[in-house]
Amino acid sequence: MTIKEAGTVSSSVQGHGDFETKYMRVNVGPQHPSTHGVLRLVVDLDGERIANLIPQIGYLHTGFEKTMENRTYQQGVTYTNRMDYLHGFAHDFAYCVSVEKLLDAQVPIRAQRVRVILNELNRIASHLVFFATGLLDMGALTLYFYTMREREKILDIFEMVCGVRMNYGYFRIGGLSRDVPEGFEDAVRAFIKDFPPMIKQYAAMFAKNDIFLQRTRDVGVVTQEMALDYGLTGPSLRATGLGLDFRKTQPYSSYEDYSFDVPTATEGDIHARFMVRFEEMGESLKIVEQALNRLEPGPYKDPDRRISLPPRSELENSMEAVIFHFKLVTEGFHPPRGEVYVPTESARGELGYYIVSDGGSMPYRVKVRIPSLMNLQSLAPACIGGLFADMVMNIASFDPVLGDVDK
Amino acid sequence: MDPWYVTLIKALVLCLVLLGGFAYMTVIERKLLGRFQHRYGPNRVGPFGLLQPIADAIKSIFKEDITVSAADKFVFYLAPFVSIVFALTAFGAIPAGPAGSLFGFNPWVMDLDIGLLFVFAATSIGVYGIFLGGWASNSKYALLGSLRASAQMISYELGLGLSALTVIMIAGSLNFRQIVEMGVWSLHPLLWIPLIIAFCTYVISSIAEINRTPFDMPEAEQEIVAGYLTEYSSIKWALFQMAEYVNSFTAAAVISTLFLGGYKGPVFLEPWIPGISSWPFIWLILKMAIFIFLFIWLRATLPRLRYDQLMRFGWIYLFEIALGGAILTGFLIAFVI
Repeated sequence: MTIKEAGTVSSSVQGHGDFETKYMRVNVGPQHPSTHGVLRLVVDLDGERIANLIPQIGYLHTGFEKTMENRTYQQGVTYTNRMDYLHGFAHDFAYCVSVEKLLDAQVPIRAQRVRVILNELNRIASHLVFFATGLLDMGALTLYFYTMREREKILDIFEMVCGVRMNYGYFRIGGLSRDVPEGFEDAVRAFIKDFPPMIKQYAAMFAKNDIFLQRTRDVGVVTQEMALDYGLTGPSLRATGLGLDFRKTQPYSSYEDYSFDVPTATEGDIHARFMVRFEEMGESLKIVEQALNRLEPGPYKDPDRRISLPPRSELENSMEAVIFHFKLVTEGFHPPRGEVYVPTESARGELGYYIVSDGGSMPYRVKVRIPSLMNLQSLAPACIGGLFADMVMNIASFDPVLGDVDK
Repeated sequence: MDPWYVTLIKALVLCLVLLGGFAYMTVIERKLLGRFQHRYGPNRVGPFGLLQPIADAIKSIFKEDITVSAADKFVFYLAPFVSIVFALTAFGAIPAGPAGSLFGFNPWVMDLDIGLLFVFAATSIGVYGIFLGGWASNSKYALLGSLRASAQMISYELGLGLSALTVIMIAGSLNFRQIVEMGVWSLHPLLWIPLIIAFCTYVISSIAEINRTPFDMPEAEQEIVAGYLTEYSSIKWALFQMAEYVNSFTAAAVISTLFLGGYKGPVFLEPWIPGISSWPFIWLILKMAIFIFLFIWLRATLPRLRYDQLMRFGWIYLFEIALGGAILTGFLIAFVI
């Protein structure tokens, strides 16, 4: 049943005898403690059982796509990471990879490694928020503080690299805005050393807890067939048994260099979605470690002067550098006519920027394939027939970010 | 029997002590939760945050008292009072020391032969406060919360009553003082088996009775906003909170009295300090503190059950285990001892 059909189902059931039982229509959100943002759900309840569920989105619509069509390509990076504020580097990454393919830019290997390190750390941070809020939705308060403790450490690394803890804007088309600072490698190494015992601590908090298992096993099941029909991607799809991970199947930006597993589960229930993400944190850590070991000194942005700004020192003695600088700052570069889409893997699923270029300095069209939005389509079929309390867990288990959904 | 004015004074003092206890239990709970969660908890207001409850009380009194325009006004106002009045009443039946130990007076408000039944009755009426509050608010979330509270009550009361039945059969009385004076060490050791079973089921049922994690469905914040409390604000909200905490005191006191010897202190301390085991209050409060700590510990640790799972748990496990315990007790009393 599609969402549209769900809305047209009669809102009453015929009971035995003459009376008629009406569903109670409850409006959940947009201001509700556990809709993870401004998601609104119109729910028809039969007792506590959910008869219909209609998600309503758009309360956080910001018009990022349209705005990006009126900015130069380089300026687009400012907007991308504001969509998914929990895994912002994934958006920067996806956008840069797409534009770089359009431009045929050569990203130096150091920049690729740094991007991978930051992206994977960000994925861990995003999953930590997932566990914090997911367990909080179940009423377990304490894990929140434990996972946030490690997330702080990751955010400290980000602050060290780009000065901010959110809305990074650190990647540039063709590389990075500046090289990573001194002490970056030590900080990441310290995190790699500290984190695995913490994963065990989290597992002790919930993985074998009988109440957690009762609440999540066989609840909110999405079969593989349904998942593919609804365009479910990312950890939620892998929880149904299909190991689709774009870092593995269509490697981008040096992901082919690292060995890591794609955790899958077969049940497709909330428990599987939790455990797949749980194992992914360990795999991400493996990638970070490998990328860090291969991180070598070198340039951090494309040396092509038509794409990246010339270094400051050249401006003082090279007329050519001044001209390139002027052109890039005032107008930006002009990718050739064409269109591009590179699927990447964010913490939530397939993320890609479809960009059409008409040869100008601004994209003709930007369309973001947003994983949160597509994943949210599976919410209604997963919830209908379940209990009201399970709905909250279902929302948490698809891990939507509403900035990402409404863009 | 005490003269009536002594009883009245004792009742007033008890109310004040319980409300003061409520205020400080909120601080203790928040402090302990803070420690469980790698943070400090309240420590800004006064030394060690000890004035926090006063600040909270002032805040909740001066907050805007919103009455929902579509609410049933009379019931809406009545509900918090039902909750708090019966929560306070229930505690009155619990003895806090041996007869005459409080400067010649008896350290209890009421000495009832049906003490345990009285506590059950009063706490059960307390649920009406929740139910009426949710019903009168004219809000769907509040209605869901109060429905859950009623469904929950049906499922835990059986386990609660049957576990208490084990103790009642062994003591042969519903009077709390006689249950305490029974003395578990003088019992036939075989009777300890059903007593241990009853203790476990009673503690679990009690946690469900006082709506605390993992059985806090009626006010599951993440699901139904605040359940029956959704439309309440200001002092009416505070009254519900008071009732909830006073109920957890009552539950802790009843568990201590039924299973841990209530107001009686350890006799082995007598050679050093004569008379210490019959000091009023101190032993009951210490035993209650154990259970209060347990309630807070559980809140920090466990996720919440779903309400149909609680019903299943209550009817299939608690009820049958408690029933088995009660039957075993009856068998032992009739044929073995």
